[in-house]
Amino acid sequence: MNIWRVLLCLVAFVALVASAAALGPAPVNQAAIASERPPELLSAYRFFSDVGAREPNTGVTPYDLNTPLWSDGALKFRYVFMPPGAQARYNSETVFEFPVGTVLIKTFAFAADMRQPTENARFLETRLLIRRADGWIALPYVWNEAQTEARLSPAGAGIPVSFTDNEGQNIALDWAVPNRNQCKGCHDRAGEITPIGPSARNLNRQYDYGRFITYEDGHEVVTHGEQDQLAAWAEFGILDNAPQFSPFVPSAYDAHSGSLATRARAYLDVNCAHCHNPDGPAHTSGLDLRWSQSDPALWGVMKRPVAAGRASGGYDFSIEPGHPERSIVLHRMSSDDPGVMMPELGRQLVDQRAIALIRDWIAGMDANGRVRE
Amino acid sequence: MKILIAALAATLCMVGQAEARTWRIRPGAGAEQALQTALIEARPGDTVRLARGRFELSSGLSLDIDRVTIRGEGEDRSILSFTNQRRGAEGLLVTSDGVVLRDFAVENARGDAIKVRDCNGITFRGVRAEWTRGPNPENGAYGLYPVNCTNVLIRDSIARGASDAGIYVGQSRNIIVRDNVAELNVAGIEIENSYNADVFNNTATRNTGGILVFDLPGLPQQGGHSIRVFENAISNNNTPNFAPAGNIVASVPAGTGVLIMANRGVHVFKNDIGDNGTVNVLITAYRNEFQDANYNPLPRDIMIRDNRFGNTGFAPAGELAALAQMGVAFPDVLWDGATLFSVRGTPRNESVRIVMRDNRSSRGGQGSFLSLGVPVAGAPLSEAAPDPSFPPLLAIAEPEEVRIRN
Repeated sequence: MNIWRVLLCLVAFVALVASAAALGPAPVNQAAIASERPPELLSAYRFFSDVGAREPNTGVTPYDLNTPLWSDGALKFRYVFMPPGAQARYNSETVFEFPVGTVLIKTFAFAADMRQPTENARFLETRLLIRRADGWIALPYVWNEAQTEARLSPAGAGIPVSFTDNEGQNIALDWAVPNRNQCKGCHDRAGEITPIGPSARNLNRQYDYGRFITYEDGHEVVTHGEQDQLAAWAEFGILDNAPQFSPFVPSAYDAHSGSLATRARAYLDVNCAHCHNPDGPAHTSGLDLRWSQSDPALWGVMKRPVAAGRASGGYDFSIEPGHPERSIVLHRMSSDDPGVMMPELGRQLVDQRAIALIRDWIAGMDANGRVRE
Repeated sequence: MKILIAALAATLCMVGQAEARTWRIRPGAGAEQALQTALIEARPGDTVRLARGRFELSSGLSLDIDRVTIRGEGEDRSILSFTNQRRGAEGLLVTSDGVVLRDFAVENARGDAIKVRDCNGITFRGVRAEWTRGPNPENGAYGLYPVNCTNVLIRDSIARGASDAGIYVGQSRNIIVRDNVAELNVAGIEIENSYNADVFNNTATRNTGGILVFDLPGLPQQGGHSIRVFENAISNNNTPNFAPAGNIVASVPAGTGVLIMANRGVHVFKNDIGDNGTVNVLITAYRNEFQDANYNPLPRDIMIRDNRFGNTGFAPAGELAALAQMGVAFPDVLWDGATLFSVRGTPRNESVRIVMRDNRSSRGGQGSFLSLGVPVAGAPLSEAAPDPSFPPLLAIAEPEEVRIRN
């Protein structure tokens, strides 16, 4: 090899790097998504254009839910990636059907003071749900202390966390990154891993896109400000259809967003129904807490426990109308004992706002499980 | 060509060997992480070996890979201790098919000890589930707990201290429970909302109730049927009921040998049942109100034959204690007498066949029988019109032997 050839290679390489820089960041790494062996580092996917994973790359769409799963009050930053040209299929009832190659990206974080959630947010982990040809897989990536990289941790992990909560209380907890089986403990429908959040009713809301750039046929398309989230997805080409009238659930904690009963049901739907449905891990309990379930007996109204053991708290019914203080549902939501509490996974603290919501709902309930408002 | 085939066969054989791996886990620092990692990364066919010693665990363990064996050095030697458990609703959760659990113990889980759900094929052999402080309402509900499984084999195992049932098989099909010891639980062995079970050669002693066969309303699988309970030793089940209120077993009177509630086709034969202070065999309807139109609260086609009864009725407890005060003499076999029930206001009548024959009692003769004569399921016992005459000797076909190849 002579010196000229080496020099030529060097020049070509520099030119290549320069041209790549001119085109903006490299696109999302679809080979990493498809890889049988998932990358050790989150950055390998190139979902974000910055080291701290705040700026989504092209094709990575941020989204939000009306009523999210409560995880000790952690902040959650959600994004969806779909391969260019691929679309999710709209469904008015269940989670959308996402195309192979889809990744649902969720980062869990706590701000030093949760009353100022935008300041000093520390990322704990970023969980990926990747749609493969043969189903979804769940991969947790744990952030380092320096907040520069997240590493795959399929066996789970514990992260000591301290923060000031919304009431100004100092909280310290040992954040539990779920292992692969625990991921499935919630994301399980008839034995297969499945997403929980992104259904039409839960995505049907406004989202502030700020100044958000997508690309269409090589052209920049800029989306500004607040948009109807489902319509925006259709606009971006990642949803096949966004009907003018889609179902929606209220925001559980926001009294202005819906009636007491609908907010309570929305909360139970997202926080409980992933297990308590006829195909879910807790189907043997006979409780069905899905939004679509209209029979109060299946929500637990005057339903006796089956296998609750000491978690019954000595009470006879899951929900005894008018008596939240004697209702097992509330008793288990109020507990932090692993043998009693519900949900079984994903929290160590008690969601006080939810306790107030469910307490009011049961207190105002008539014998048929209905609330007159 | 022959050489090629031979070479191929050798390769396949090696691949087969390479695939079935053994994971060896020793107690000590890092054991918890190593064990859970093995249970995640195991491949079908692998064995996870637990060395001798005590494994201190802070989180519930889980297994979701088919055909994995977890095997220790013995129920008294390899111990998974959950005394300091901080997370997880059970000690060990299994959600895959064809798993074998052998020769280890789960102690002091915060919730259930070993739960296995939604599976085809599960074997417990030489496993012990125990709450070591003895009966206590703060103990977990179930010791060995398969639910919604087909082909359940539980043998040579031990369950102690459960605040509900030591061995509990719920909403399952094709079940063998044999050669186990269940003691100091509320219910020793409980078969609930299940089809085709053989429960034999077990020892159920010092529980509140020895062996229970239940069917409950409002569950995905109900209409329990075809249960054979035979050749068991069911004695001295007089532990005061320590189940937390609200649970169905909290209503089991202390001193109950066998309790059959609802179900169709339960055959209890060739057992030794004695020294149970309330009653040796109790046959009763489900007594609570229910809304489930598909549910039948009556026990039907019940055969009690060829058992040896020991002493009973010497310390009636629970709701039945009041009957004793009314002067009712307690028999070996007590039936509430229900043949009617109503669901959502519609009355239904059943031909209920209860047969008792060829038993022997240490108190003399064939043992005693009493119907309380409460014709409507769940009616108050104050309406009892006791009748000690034996029910007619009808033939009731016995369920077939359960066979399992796990």
